[in-house]
Amino acid sequence: MSVRVGEAATAPEFPVAAKKLVSNAQIRQNVRRATDIIRNKRARVVEEVDDWEQLRRAGHEIKEHVLRHLDFYLQQFEAACTRAGGVVHWASDAAEANRIIVDLIRAHEATEVIKVKTMTSDEIRLNPALQAAGITPYETDLADLIVQLGEDQPSHIVVPALHRNRMEIRRIFSEKMNLPELGYEPEDLTAAARAYLREKFLRVPIAISGGNFAIAETGSVCVVESEGNGRMCLSLPRVLITLIGIEKIIPKFRDLEVFLQLLPRSATGERMNPYNSIWTGVSPGSGPREFHVVLLDNGRTNVLADDFSRETLDCIRCGACLNACPVYRQTGGHAYGSVYAGPIGAILTPQLQAMQHSQSLPYASSLCGACYEVCPVKINIPEILVHLRGRVVEEGHAPIVERLAMKAAGYALETPERLSLAQKAARIAQIPFTHDGVIRRLPGMLAGWTAVRDLAPIPKQSFREWWAKRQKEPRL
Amino acid sequence: MAWALVPAAPRLISALGLRRLVLSRPVHISLFITCYNDTLFPRTGRAVVAVLERLGHTIEFRQAQTCCGQMHYNTGYQAEAMPLMRHFLEVFRDDETICIPSSSCVAMIRDHYPKMAAASGDSAVARAVEKLLPRIFEFSELLVDKLGVIDVGAFFPHSVTLHPSCHSLRSLHLGDKPERLLKQVRGLTLIDLPEATECCGFGGTFAIKNVEVSAAMLSDKLRCVLGTRAEVCTAADNSCLMHIWGGLSRQRTGVRCLHLAEILASTEAGEVS
Ligand code: SF4
Repeated sequence: MSVRVGEAATAPEFPVAAKKLVSNAQIRQNVRRATDIIRNKRARVVEEVDDWEQLRRAGHEIKEHVLRHLDFYLQQFEAACTRAGGVVHWASDAAEANRIIVDLIRAHEATEVIKVKTMTSDEIRLNPALQAAGITPYETDLADLIVQLGEDQPSHIVVPALHRNRMEIRRIFSEKMNLPELGYEPEDLTAAARAYLREKFLRVPIAISGGNFAIAETGSVCVVESEGNGRMCLSLPRVLITLIGIEKIIPKFRDLEVFLQLLPRSATGERMNPYNSIWTGVSPGSGPREFHVVLLDNGRTNVLADDFSRETLDCIRCGACLNACPVYRQTGGHAYGSVYAGPIGAILTPQLQAMQHSQSLPYASSLCGACYEVCPVKINIPEILVHLRGRVVEEGHAPIVERLAMKAAGYALETPERLSLAQKAARIAQIPFTHDGVIRRLPGMLAGWTAVRDLAPIPKQSFREWWAKRQKEPRL
Repeated sequence: MAWALVPAAPRLISALGLRRLVLSRPVHISLFITCYNDTLFPRTGRAVVAVLERLGHTIEFRQAQTCCGQMHYNTGYQAEAMPLMRHFLEVFRDDETICIPSSSCVAMIRDHYPKMAAASGDSAVARAVEKLLPRIFEFSELLVDKLGVIDVGAFFPHSVTLHPSCHSLRSLHLGDKPERLLKQVRGLTLIDLPEATECCGFGGTFAIKNVEVSAAMLSDKLRCVLGTRAEVCTAADNSCLMHIWGGLSRQRTGVRCLHLAEILASTEAGEVS
């Protein structure tokens, strides 16, 4: 089994990618504006739910329960889905999932597919696999379409084209749809997308979708969306293939009560999604004639094995942690080098890959806690980031200079005598760098600090020295 | 209408010179200054001592203390943090009330010590941590919750804006405690900080490992601080203040950064030196 998460294995380290992005005024402006709008909307609609905290706890508990009994619920789902006329496939990694999907499409001698709401397909890099097999995929979610036509990468897990503004989208549509006269208003752009997509919906015989929830009890799959393009994909084609990660299982239909409140409010600041599609197998006379579910592991069992960070798999991909994250808000999603950006991406991507890649991601956070505060299923992301940093260090991947510095600091801090000595040494060491009572440039690792900030020199007397002296003086 | 007098009570008591008597019995307080303040911000420690002694309490400073282990723990060196935790537990074993003028160090102890203790597999350590937690207080928690004062008799004739700091907000849930303390300071004009709950971009080693993003976050914070036109930016954490001051100084803004304790220690006689 070899786990692959998009291009993450070969992506540049976070600080390197971030450096480019923070100096891109357009991206920063677009990301800031979009996340501001979504998070303000979220705050308003969350405020109005009296039992929001209870809902969050319930969401967390249900997910934790599922993860502890995942084997049971997956089999229950398979049995129920099969009974309802669906076919369940198991894929241990990206390559296997791609092979299953390509084979299904080939069996129908199709050369085109329409796709909707499947970030997981970006995780396994399905589109390049389809193209290599001579199959053309068309993204039909508006934002995914913008990303696909722009030959771009998604930058947000709910709003993949969040880094693009209207003018950029107009340029992409006008070029790729060959519409030189295209107007600039939102209506012009939606009309263009609609005309482009309608033709695909009516012609292409096979659809590939993702799923927000898979219900073990009934074998049903649930997709929520805003545009209705998903509904088209789920109901018009003859064959529907749904790709979902094994952690998307929930036990009962009734559990949707919790998640369909948590998800839309957290994701887009809506009380309810405009389109909630739930289907069970195939029904004669309506919808697809054939329904396949591909259940994907691709490293999820790695995550499951770590007691401490298992709750990463509770995630319902609402994106609230991205919108809240001050780091994401400066860089946008591309800095993370993964289909999963932001705080959740920083903990999910390295774990899926068994910490072999993306080791700079657990450090891409100031640990401010804003993500944990908004997460609808209460994933303690800062805790997990710190835990993963521990794994990076433990597995020997931290830079040598840092390791030595930390060892030295640990040694110095172990006894007060050593600490006092270190304080005295630092006071002497800082002399050549101190000018007019300020340090403006430091060497080595600390140069990062003084690149953009000043530092006040260490005062002549430490607190402990002051206290010792004071104790000796006669008190009034 | 007795309740209407409640907000005025501290002032009344202060005016009558009864503050020490009425608001709190003298408490013996052990100070964990933190390695960071000890080395870089000793003035904050002197200010804490000044405020607490002024209120009639006595201070213990254990010279054996060093560091809570936060930097190691948060950077991924959990093994190195373990002896520091054990040392901390040993030093403060017998103290009833421990004051820590740093939200992030309090957060380290409250949020991580229990997990570290569990990981150590040593039940004595786990018990020691359990015993420790109810006895530690961040400085404003100590004043407001434990000692029951909000007017500490300070005088500080300057405009001030408060950066609430992430650990104060989201880990300690200090709420409006620092603000309530500041509002009682005579002469002080408190100006609301826009986008106050946003992180300043410090994050310990994050500031060095991810200097570009950290700097971008800092410039947003500076824009907000400068927008208030306050003379002083304050917080319950010197780590954030070191970061914010680093930017303010680099840009030659002349805005000062002072720990909350330093403002509360100021009187008509002047600031703590
Ligand atoms: S981690 Fe939480 S906040 Fe972030 S996307 Fe997942 S569910 Fe949403």
